[in-house]
Amino acid sequence: MAGKPILHYYNGRGRMESTWWLLAAAGVEFEEKFLESADLDKLRNDGSLMFQQVPMVEIDGMKLVQTRAILNYIANKYNLYGKDIKEKALIDMYTEGMADLNEMIIILAIIPPEQQDAKLALIKERTKNRYFLAFENISESHGQDYLAGNRLSHADIHLVELLYEVEGIDPNLIASFPLLKALQTRISNLPAVKKFLQPGSQRKPPEDTKSIEVVKRIFKF
Amino acid sequence: MAGKPRLHYFNGRGRMESIRWLLAAAGVEFEEKFLESAEDLDKLKSDGSLMFQQVPMVEIDGMKLVQTTAILNYIANKYNLYGKDIKERALIDMYIEGMADLREMIILLPIAPPDQKDAKVALIKERATNRYFPAFEKVLKSHGQDYLVGNRLSRADIHLVELLYEVEELDPSLTANFPLLKALKTRISNLPAVKKFLQPGSQKKPPVNAKMLEEARRIFRF
Repeated sequence: MAGKPILHYYNGRGRMESTWWLLAAAGVEFEEKFLESADLDKLRNDGSLMFQQVPMVEIDGMKLVQTRAILNYIANKYNLYGKDIKEKALIDMYTEGMADLNEMIIILAIIPPEQQDAKLALIKERTKNRYFLAFENISESHGQDYLAGNRLSHADIHLVELLYEVEGIDPNLIASFPLLKALQTRISNLPAVKKFLQPGSQRKPPEDTKSIEVVKRIFKF
Repeated sequence: MAGKPRLHYFNGRGRMESIRWLLAAAGVEFEEKFLESAEDLDKLKSDGSLMFQQVPMVEIDGMKLVQTTAILNYIANKYNLYGKDIKERALIDMYIEGMADLREMIILLPIAPPDQKDAKVALIKERATNRYFPAFEKVLKSHGQDYLVGNRLSRADIHLVELLYEVEELDPSLTANFPLLKALKTRISNLPAVKKFLQPGSQKKPPVNAKMLEEARRIFRF
C-alpha cells in the first residue's frame, strides 16, 4: 500500500540532507520533488505544509514536516533508535549536539560575507573542542563500533554525515580523532551507505554561490 | 533506587521551563540546583557532568542528560506522554517542533538588541496568529477531540498550553480568535497536577525581569 517516500525540497542539501542520509542508510528507496518558487506557493495553498515550510516528506499516508519529526519517524520505523528509552535518551543527546553544530554549518552559507570568517572560526573551535571531543570520548569509553547500544543507530549515521561536512570545510579538523575516523570508515563501508556515497546517487553536492542564489529565490530572502 | 530527578540550571525559565512543565504535568516531583555564579557553571563543566559544556542538565535514572530535546523525549517516553505508536509519535513531534520554533523566538527575546526588540515582538505576534495557532486550531477542529493527538493527553498538549500562557503574557489578545486552543488551555490547566503547578509557590518560574537577565548574563558570561 505504501509507495516510496516522496521528499519535497529544493535540489540542494540544506535541511533535507540528514533525511537523505538516513533513508539511504536504512536502504529505503525514495523519490524527490524539487521545488521552484511556484511549487512552494502551491504546496502552501493546498494545505500540504503544516507550518508553510519545507522539508516535507510524504510517507505512510502522512505529510510530515519538521526535520526532527521526519528523522525520528524514519529512525523508529527502521529500528535505528536504540532498544529502550535509555538508549533513546543517549542517542537523542548525541544527535542534538550534532544538530547544534550542523545548524552553525547550514547558516554559514547564508550569513553576510563580513560575518563569515568569525563564524567559520567558531565552527572550527566548537567542532574540535566541544563536539568531536565529546563523541571521541564516548567511543573511547565503551570501545564499541557504534555510538550507542553496540549497534547501528541514527546517531552513527548523523555523525558520519557531519564528519564529511566538516571535512569539506577543513580536512584537518578530524585529524586528532582516530576513533571518529574509524567510525567514518566503518559506516561508509556499509553497503547501503557505500552506494549513497558513489557518484550518481541522490546525495547532493555542497552549496556554492549558484545554489545559494537558487535558495534565496525560492524561499524569498 | 532512583531518587528524584535533579535539574541543573539558573533560577529562571530559559530552556529548562518546558522540562519543569512536563515533569509537573506528569506528576513527578523534582529537585533543582540553581547555578548562582559563573563558577558554579565552571565546576559542572570541569567535573565532566555536561556533555557539551552546556545546561540544562538533568540527573535522572542514573544519567546526566543534556540537550533539552533529549531530556523532554526521555520524560515523555517514561511517563507515556508520547503517543501509542510511531505514527502518533510523528504527529506529536511535528506539532511540538513547530511550537519549539515559536518558543525559541520568545526565549531569545529578552537578549535581543534594544533596536531589534519591536521588530522581533511583531514577528512573534505575526507567526503566532498566522502560522502556529491556526495550525493547532485546525488540528483540534479536524478531529474534535479533547487532546491534540490520539484522543488522550500527550506532551503536545502540555507544551502547547505552556506556549499559550507565555504568548498571552506578551499580549493577551493573541489567543482571542482561537476558541479551541482556549478550551484546551482551560482543560489542561484543570488537570490536578497542572493546576498545582500553576499555583503560587510551585516550581514554575516567573517571566524574565531585568534582575534575572543580569544574573543570567553573569552566570553564562554573555
